[in-house]
Parts: sequence; structure tokens; C-alpha cells
Amino acid sequence: MNEFAHLVSRPSRQIDYQTFDNRLLAYVLRYEPSFLTCMSCGGCTATCSAGKLTDFNIRRIGLMLRRGQTDKLAAEIDKCMFCGKCSLVCPRDVNIRNVVLLIKKESTRLHAENQKV
Amino acid sequence: MEKEQKHVAVIGAGIAGLHTANLLAQSGHKVTILEKEKYPGGHLNQWHHLFPDHSSPEWIISGLLDEQLQFDHLKMISSTEITSIEKNNGHFAINAGNELRIYADAVVISTGFKLFDARQKEEYGYGLFKNVITSADLEQSLKSGQPLTTASGKTPSRVAFIHCIGSRDAKCGNTYCSKVCCITGVKQALEISEMLPETEIFCFYMDLRLYGSKFDDLYLQAQKKHKIQFIRGRLSEAAETHDKRLQIKAEDTLSGRPLRMEVDMIVLLAGMEKNEAHQMFSSTKLLELDEHGFFKSKNIQLTRNETTQPGIFIAGTCICPMSVNETIENAGAASILVNRYLEHQQLTNHHE
Amino acid sequence: MQTETSKNWSQFNKDIANDHYYYLRSCIRQNFFPGSEVAFLDILRNKLGKTIYDDASHTTCAGIGYHCDIVPFETIQALAARHFSLMTEKGLKHAVVSCVTSFGIYSEILDTWNHFPESLEKTRNALRKSTGREFELPENVVHCSDIVYKFRKEIKDQAKHTLTNTKTGKPLKIVDHIGCHYAKIFPERGVGGAEFPKVLTGMITAWGGETVDYPERRHCCGFGFRHYFVKNNRSYSLSNSKKKFESMEPFQPDAIVTNCPGCNLFLDRWQYTLEQIERKTYGQQGQGIPVLTYEELAGLVLGYDPWKLGLQFHQVEVEPFLDKMGIAYKKGDKYKNLDGKIIGERPMVNELNIV
Repeated sequence: MNEFAHLVSRPSRQIDYQTFDNRLLAYVLRYEPSFLTCMSCGGCTATCSAGKLTDFNIRRIGLMLRRGQTDKLAAEIDKCMFCGKCSLVCPRDVNIRNVVLLIKKESTRLHAENQKV
Repeated sequence: MEKEQKHVAVIGAGIAGLHTANLLAQSGHKVTILEKEKYPGGHLNQWHHLFPDHSSPEWIISGLLDEQLQFDHLKMISSTEITSIEKNNGHFAINAGNELRIYADAVVISTGFKLFDARQKEEYGYGLFKNVITSADLEQSLKSGQPLTTASGKTPSRVAFIHCIGSRDAKCGNTYCSKVCCITGVKQALEISEMLPETEIFCFYMDLRLYGSKFDDLYLQAQKKHKIQFIRGRLSEAAETHDKRLQIKAEDTLSGRPLRMEVDMIVLLAGMEKNEAHQMFSSTKLLELDEHGFFKSKNIQLTRNETTQPGIFIAGTCICPMSVNETIENAGAASILVNRYLEHQQLTNHHE
Repeated sequence: MQTETSKNWSQFNKDIANDHYYYLRSCIRQNFFPGSEVAFLDILRNKLGKTIYDDASHTTCAGIGYHCDIVPFETIQALAARHFSLMTEKGLKHAVVSCVTSFGIYSEILDTWNHFPESLEKTRNALRKSTGREFELPENVVHCSDIVYKFRKEIKDQAKHTLTNTKTGKPLKIVDHIGCHYAKIFPERGVGGAEFPKVLTGMITAWGGETVDYPERRHCCGFGFRHYFVKNNRSYSLSNSKKKFESMEPFQPDAIVTNCPGCNLFLDRWQYTLEQIERKTYGQQGQGIPVLTYEELAGLVLGYDPWKLGLQFHQVEVEPFLDKMGIAYKKGDKYKNLDGKIIGERPMVNELNIV
């Protein structure tokens, strides 16, 4: 019997900028630089159609992208209905709908690339 | 009725003192400026560029000094620290070093502020780690014209600005906002980014308080053009890593998770504090101070430049934190109140 | 309430009484590092010429129970009151506390009584009713590490060894770890405050060593009381210690010195655990980083026999550190009991039958 079976060292919850995979973020910023100006006001989330019915949070999607928390993003953005209301309401004029599209496109590609490896 | 020339003493030759003095001299009063340093200009002498237009503060100081040349009845005594002020029959006797004694009909105090000593926030390592600097240090470095480097001479690949150092912080006794640091940080971040386009820049803030005219344009420009990232979260501590970088910890409050980052340089946006000189005035019960140690106005709404002592006026950042343009406006307002006071005095004397 | 914790702490020195101490022992140290308290008393009495009363009648402060939320605050106040009463009985006024948890408890209670005199009165009544005892408040309450810090120069003057690598002539690199309750609750009760406490680094540098300021220096060892005592939470405790080891590893420290019983235990034992579950060690040449108490460190500097100091009680072997300091020791004496009998060597890891 392993006397240490009850012990595991837990992964850190810390957002760690030293181990940050920024490929997805760099891609989004390249094609949608307006995303730089987001200040997390939450207007997009307030108006979001999908967010009324699911736990989809479009503001948080942007934040996860900027903090390198990309592992769950692809699944998350499937909840988006691409209605575009978020872009209409944005005070910084970010094309949020396009941000979602770009995430979808690039994460599919990265996924395929990772599969190949 | 011919006007008798009145004498106004202005204490402090920063921009508030210089501007008030010039306006009073223009009104025909005799003015004496007392400055404890060798040269006039105050804190602004240390500054490279001003927000929001990145202009040099040198022309402001030199402009104010040039203006003085036209007034024979305005003189400046520098390297002189005052020791006390006495009030007798509505007039003032000001004692300074070297047995200097000046009599005045009115006094304007424009002694300015003291920069917060960032060593007090020990957890951020200023004075301990060489790559932790203050906004004032950065300004000096930018003014020198030398490229910005770390202590070991390397170009920093990542710089973090930390907002609210010595401001809005009960831990150091300053619960008020210093107003100018947020925009100073954004301005400096832009300047670093212009100088070192490859450098990643982060600003860690509690609230961004960019309230002034054209300040938000700088913020937008910082995000859009310079990719400066703003993270809402207060730094808990900075520590030196093995390779002399700095590890910082904050919460990314928007995602509700702790965050760790290594940077090459930390810039602490140091706030404004009361000038210790204020203590002298309050200890003799001549003037009252407010809860933050700045001079108390007779009325915070209407007469910001009048103190609780008739005949003594205040101008600039000895009242509260102010930007350069606000200080100039405030000095103008002070001169109007001084004029009104002296005119009233003239009338009263005439009737006697 | 506004607490100003920012001062120039490096200038800050707390008041540490000079002599005539009353000793308040730790519960767990006597089991885990019994040599440390013995060495402390011996150093004070025989090397520094101080008097210290070691009272057999005093009990636990129940701090562990308090921090595990099973002993109420009123109870520990009464226990503290009884200890102060024992001290009053002996005519002593300077309490010296061996354990950081206890030190935090006494500090917290005294501060409470200062702010809420009615709690003091209530405690006085409770103690009087239950035991018939009265007590005076101590004039000075310090941690034992404060005393060793205070007399670090006197210890240096009598040193037989310094904290120098005798092979290279370079100072030994030593990580200090301060128990959370030493200064994080009341920074003004710690030498140098909470961010850059000087209590251990002062000893290290006075005795010729070099201190290591690594990023996670102020991080808790992970003990956290109920985080360890509840078995399901132990991974949490372990992960905290691991965070510290990862952070200090690049600095290649020669040893860790602590002033808290829990920290010493966890920083020592978890290194073994991490080796077992992750096959990872953080010291030099595939070994662990030796973890010492400050009394043990003082003892080594003063020339005490390592095995009389009880260094064999540590999980991580201390021999590499002794070798660096140039301290001669008899290998065979390591596993002798106080009567000089061999009690059997620790089984090697591969004999433990661990899957």
C-alpha cells in the first residue's frame, strides 16, 4: 500500500504569465486589433442573447483569451449564436463578433496542429 | 484717491507661487517670493514631459520667470527657509533664516507637496531591489535622454506600472486619491513604448482615475496603438528572482484568480503627500490643516484659496493634489482673492 | 479601524528584555526537535549567563485547537491567564515563548485585553473561580528567536564555527522562514516587521552566512492547522510547501532555518514526501535541503555536538551541511539514545516497501 496515496501536489490556480500560450491571442489581435481596447465593462454580456439562456459570458471569453486560459475556449464559444448584439453595444467599438469567429477558426486549426504532433 | 502700494509675500517658488506672484505684481502690488531651494520651479524641474500633450515643463518655468523681468517691484529671495510667521494688527511679519525679517500685508502660501516615500511600501521593494523605481525616477531617466535600461544595462522586455502608491491606502495613512498618478502612468507607459516598441507594458490598477480633459485619449492610444495592458488588481508584493528579475503577485480581479508575472522593471506611481512645512503653521495655531495634512480652506466650495486666517492665502498643491494646468488655474484664482482682500483693506484704512 | 503597517521597518526594533525570563515551551517541538529547547536553555544559562525559569506546571496554550476551530477564544484566554499567574507566582515579568503559534496567541490575547478591558476582567474572574489564582500582565513577551537575535553578537564572540563553506571559503546560503504568526498578525511584535523580518537573517549574517531572498519567502509553509490536521486537506498543505521549494531551488540554498515548530516540520518532512510521490528533490546533488531550527544553528556555531542537538530527528539528512561547515561528528553516534545505546538506523528508502 502506498502511504502517500492521499497526497497529490495540486496544480496552481495562479494565472502564470511565465507559462502563457499566446498563440491564439496573437492571432485574434492580428486580425481584430480593436480587441485591444476592451476594458471589461460588460455591456456585451448584458445584451448577449446566448447569455440569457446559458452560462455563456462573452466578456469572460475575452478575458480568458487575454490571460492565456485557452483550453476551454473552443467549447465555450460554441454557445455563441453570432447575433452580433455585443458589437452593437460596445463603447470601445470592438468587433466582438469577429473576435469569436477568429477564436473559433484559430482554435480549430491549433487543435488540428496539436493532433498532428 | 491714490492707491498705497501693498506688499505680498509668496512662500514657495513652484509654478503656483510664480504664477500668483506675477499676477499680483501685474496688479501693482509689491511682491516678494521666498524659496527654500536655490532655484525656482519646484517639482517641475525634475519632470521630463507633461500630460496630456507630452510638452516640456521647461517652457512653463522659463515663461513664468521671463514674465517677472518686467516687474521692478517683484523680487525673489532663494535658498531661504522661513522659520515663523506672526500676525500683528492685520499685518504679517515673516522670519526667515539669516535674520531676515519681512513685513507683508498679505501672505500666499504655495509650498506644494511632498512626493510619497515609496520605501514605506516595503512589500514592493523600492530601495531594496534595483529594478524597482518610482514615477519620479523614471521621469528623471527620461529627461536624461539615455535609453531606459535595467540596473544591469539590459533593455527591459517587460515593465509593470503599479498605481496608487501612497494614495488611497489606509496602510500608509493616505486615504485620498493623488489624482495625477494614473495619467502620469499612462503617459510614461506611452513614452516607454515609443522608446522601446518591443517592450511589453502592464498597468496594475485599483480604479483608473483619468478624469481630465484629453486624458482618455491617452488611455485609448495606450491600448490601441501601444498594446499596453491594464489589469485591475492591486499588487500584493514584489520579490527578486534568481536572475534579478522581479516576480509580482496580484489578483486579476476580473477573472477572480491570482496572477503571477515576472518583469524586468517595476515603476511605482508615487502619490502626493502633505509638505512637512505645513506643520509649522498649524503648530502655532496660525492655520488649520485638513484631515490629510493639507491646508484647510475657509470654504471648500467658494473660497478654496482662503485659509482659516484672514490675510493668508493658499495656492496649488499645498491645498490638495493637482495637475499642472489645475495648479495654474488655481494660482490665478488665488491672486483674485488676494486682490479683493487688499482692496478691501485699502478701503477700510481710507475710511479710518 | 485604520492600521498603519507601513513604516520604515528596517529601522524597527522591538523591546526585548535583557534577563530574568520565564520559559513557555512548545507542545510539538518537544517531540519533533527535543534538542532545540534543551540547547536554548543551555545557551542562555551557560553561554550567556542569563536566568530562565523552566516551569513543569505550565500546559499547552491550546493554540492548535484554537486555530482548528475546536477550542474557543475564552478558553485560551483562561489558559494564558493561568500561565501568567504561574509567572507572577515566580516573581517574573518577561515571558519567552518557544512556539510561534503560542507567541501569536499571547500577542492576540494581550492585544484583545488592551482593547477590551472587559475581556480581561472576565478572564480574571474565570481564573479566580476555577483555580483561585490571580495574575499580573507580563511586562515583556517575546519569542525565543528574539532572544537569540538579541544575543547574536555574544554568540558570535563565543563561536567555534561560522556559517562558511570551509571548502570554498564562501558564506553558506541560508533561507530563512518565519512562522506566519510571528509578525504577520502584529508586525510591530516582530524584529523588522512582517515583510523583511530580521530575526533570523540577523543571526545568519552575524554568524557569517548569506541570506536568500527568494520570491516566495513570505508564503506560508502550508501547515495552516486544519489544512494539515484534516487528512483530506493535506494535499493543500503539501502544495504550499512545494511552491516554496520551487521558488528557492534556483538559489541553491545550503540550508533552511525556521523559527516556527510547524514550519520546520513541514518544510523538512514534505521534502521527503515530494521525493516519494514526484521523485523530485530540491537541494544540491539530488539531496534535500537541510532544515534547522535557529537554536540548532546557534548550537552548531557554538560547537555543540550535532547529535546532542538532536539533528538526527530531521527527515532531510543534515550531514552535507555539517561537512560544509567543517564540523566533525561521529557517524555511529547518530542513532544512539541518551544512554549511549544504538536504537537502530533509519531504514533506507528502498526498504520501506513503497509502491
